[in-house]
Amino acid sequence: MSEQHYHHQGENLPPPSHHDQQVITDAAAKGYWRANLRLLAQLLTVWFAVSFGFGILLADWLDQFSFFGFKLGFWFAQQGAIYVFVALIFIYARRIVVIERRFGVDDDDRDVDAANDQGAS
Amino acid sequence: MTTQMLTYLFVGLSFALYIGIAVWSRAGSTKDFYVAGGGVHPVVNGMATAADWMSAASFISMAGIISFVGFDGSVYLLGWTGGYVLLALLLAPYLRKFGRFTVPDFIGERYYSKTARIVAVVCLIFVSFTYVAGQMRGVGIVFSRFLEVEVNTGVVIGMAIVFMYAVLGGMKGITYTQVAQYCVLIFAYMVPAIFISLMITGNPIPQLGFGAEVLDAKGLGSGVSVLEKLDGVLMDLGFGAYTQGSKSTIDMFAITAALMFGTAGLPHVLVRFFTVPKVSDARLSAGYALVFIAILYTTAPAVAAFARLNLVDTVQDTAYADAPAWFGNWEKTGLIAWQDKNNDGVMQYSAGAALSPTKPIFTDQKGIHGERLLKNEPSASANEVYIDRDIMVLANPEIANLPGWVIALVAAGGVAAALSTAAGLLLVISSSISHDLLKQTLMPNISDKQELLFARIAAAVAVCVAGLFGIYPPAFVAQVVAFAFGLAAASLFPAILLGIFSKRVNKEGAITGMLVGLIFTFSYIAYFKFYAPELNNSVNWLLGISPEGIGFLGMLMNIAAALVVSMMTAPPPTDVQDLVDDIRIPTGAGVAHEH
Repeated sequence: MSEQHYHHQGENLPPPSHHDQQVITDAAAKGYWRANLRLLAQLLTVWFAVSFGFGILLADWLDQFSFFGFKLGFWFAQQGAIYVFVALIFIYARRIVVIERRFGVDDDDRDVDAANDQGAS
Repeated sequence: MTTQMLTYLFVGLSFALYIGIAVWSRAGSTKDFYVAGGGVHPVVNGMATAADWMSAASFISMAGIISFVGFDGSVYLLGWTGGYVLLALLLAPYLRKFGRFTVPDFIGERYYSKTARIVAVVCLIFVSFTYVAGQMRGVGIVFSRFLEVEVNTGVVIGMAIVFMYAVLGGMKGITYTQVAQYCVLIFAYMVPAIFISLMITGNPIPQLGFGAEVLDAKGLGSGVSVLEKLDGVLMDLGFGAYTQGSKSTIDMFAITAALMFGTAGLPHVLVRFFTVPKVSDARLSAGYALVFIAILYTTAPAVAAFARLNLVDTVQDTAYADAPAWFGNWEKTGLIAWQDKNNDGVMQYSAGAALSPTKPIFTDQKGIHGERLLKNEPSASANEVYIDRDIMVLANPEIANLPGWVIALVAAGGVAAALSTAAGLLLVISSSISHDLLKQTLMPNISDKQELLFARIAAAVAVCVAGLFGIYPPAFVAQVVAFAFGLAAASLFPAILLGIFSKRVNKEGAITGMLVGLIFTFSYIAYFKFYAPELNNSVNWLLGISPEGIGFLGMLMNIAAALVVSMMTAPPPTDVQDLVDDIRIPTGAGVAHEH
């Protein structure tokens, strides 16, 4: 009862999920998920490399190199890794939307129907 | 105007602003109260998340700790930012798609079990209360030094403010107040940092000044970088080099991991991503949150290095009679002490604990130079100066001789940091009680209005309990705050992660996993911190991992137990597997809803 209530409160909200599941094919859902996992694996490898790799495990070795007045390992541990973290999130946010559109599973209301029509035809 | 007057003015104005926002953004429904109506813009949510996240510990203590431990302090910088990558990539979008109100909601539904929900509520309350108690110490420190009121009065004022906007406004009130608090706290952090960077290196950007050359007395480049100078100065005094760690690599690794996975498992952060309109907004919102956090977190290590350099310059070999005014001010609060071991009237600062026991115990008398006398025995070390790490950020503007308004600003910023985090924590505690415990478990028939009333009552009770923690701090509180992360990493994070990325993990597996992780981590910490603190050293640690880092091992055990037990028991029912399929697809997130 309250679900109905909330869905009708906002006029321009996307339709409830059970409706969409009927129009997204299993193959699209599976393909999307595989592509998503591949992208996650790539980005998390970078995440691990800059923090645990360069900042901790390899920090002593990297310290022999100088970078803008810092020892390189120290710089990664106290500055560099944080910048890379920020970049990783925005790269993911951008690239996953492209993948979503390709499989017609994105969350943009106006495009949902168009994408699904294409998938069905 | 005096600094004192300015401080009252700044803190008073900021309080008026928070209350104004609270009245303007009153919550009208449970949806407003729990998830701010589900319509918060991702940038606004990112900013509110950043304020929620950056507590008194980030604002006041972190740079101070890094200042004293150098490279080892990287665990906090990496751990408390790297967790956002995990949030944005692995949790936030799926929790948003799931679209209910609380973290136990997810665990209860995904594992189709009231028991799982209750276990999650217990983990959540334990994690959040230890954390909120730590905020009260921060409020106390700021009030006692800057407003010169009793710590208890300060805590009561702080709680009254939080009460106003958390109880009235719920998530909606908190979100918009946190945006204001973020602006106050980041401005208050950056202004002194920029001033000090300019003074020491001539570069206005602290992140660059951190690696630049130190200016000499004539304002010209000295040819020595900040970090080289710091390494040299500290080694002369018998400390280790600033850029070299003293922790073992495995312990650094484990602590960083525990803080990262713990960050991604903290309920008051997770619940933030229920408030944005769409799945893609949840990812962006985590990104913006990290941008706003990174501004402070990349400045903090620079502030730490500058402050240490300044401190050594000011204190080392200075006659007590010639010490600057801030030294006496902070001595009054008991966070600095000096014991003239060789009776020369000059402060000698070097490695080693100055006092025995290490914390100062003051007598009522003053010494011949005007210093506060101590009951402590002199330690074997030649070091005569005790400095509490917590003052590094707060005293920094005074140490660097900055104008009074900067000092007043830092006071307002410290209060903003503590209050914003306390409010966020109180909200998840109250919603887990009114929503998960009452509505979903004990009293399923209450109406939306009644649930909202219970949420307000729970928030009010939580505010009072947190206030009591601030006034009568239990001895264990300060020690356990850092462990909230280990517990979150070992209990909640794996249950949520597996709930999204595995369809096979079932309720038996998840419940076993959470309990194994929680009990193992809790026992290990309790054993070394409370039962046998004398054994708390690397020789006795399991695999060389300290209690701070043990949450990482607890997390691995949680995951292993959940997978093994799930394989040996029946798979989850089809409708739960369909739920997992559904949350993996961004389409059709809708607003946060009840069933």
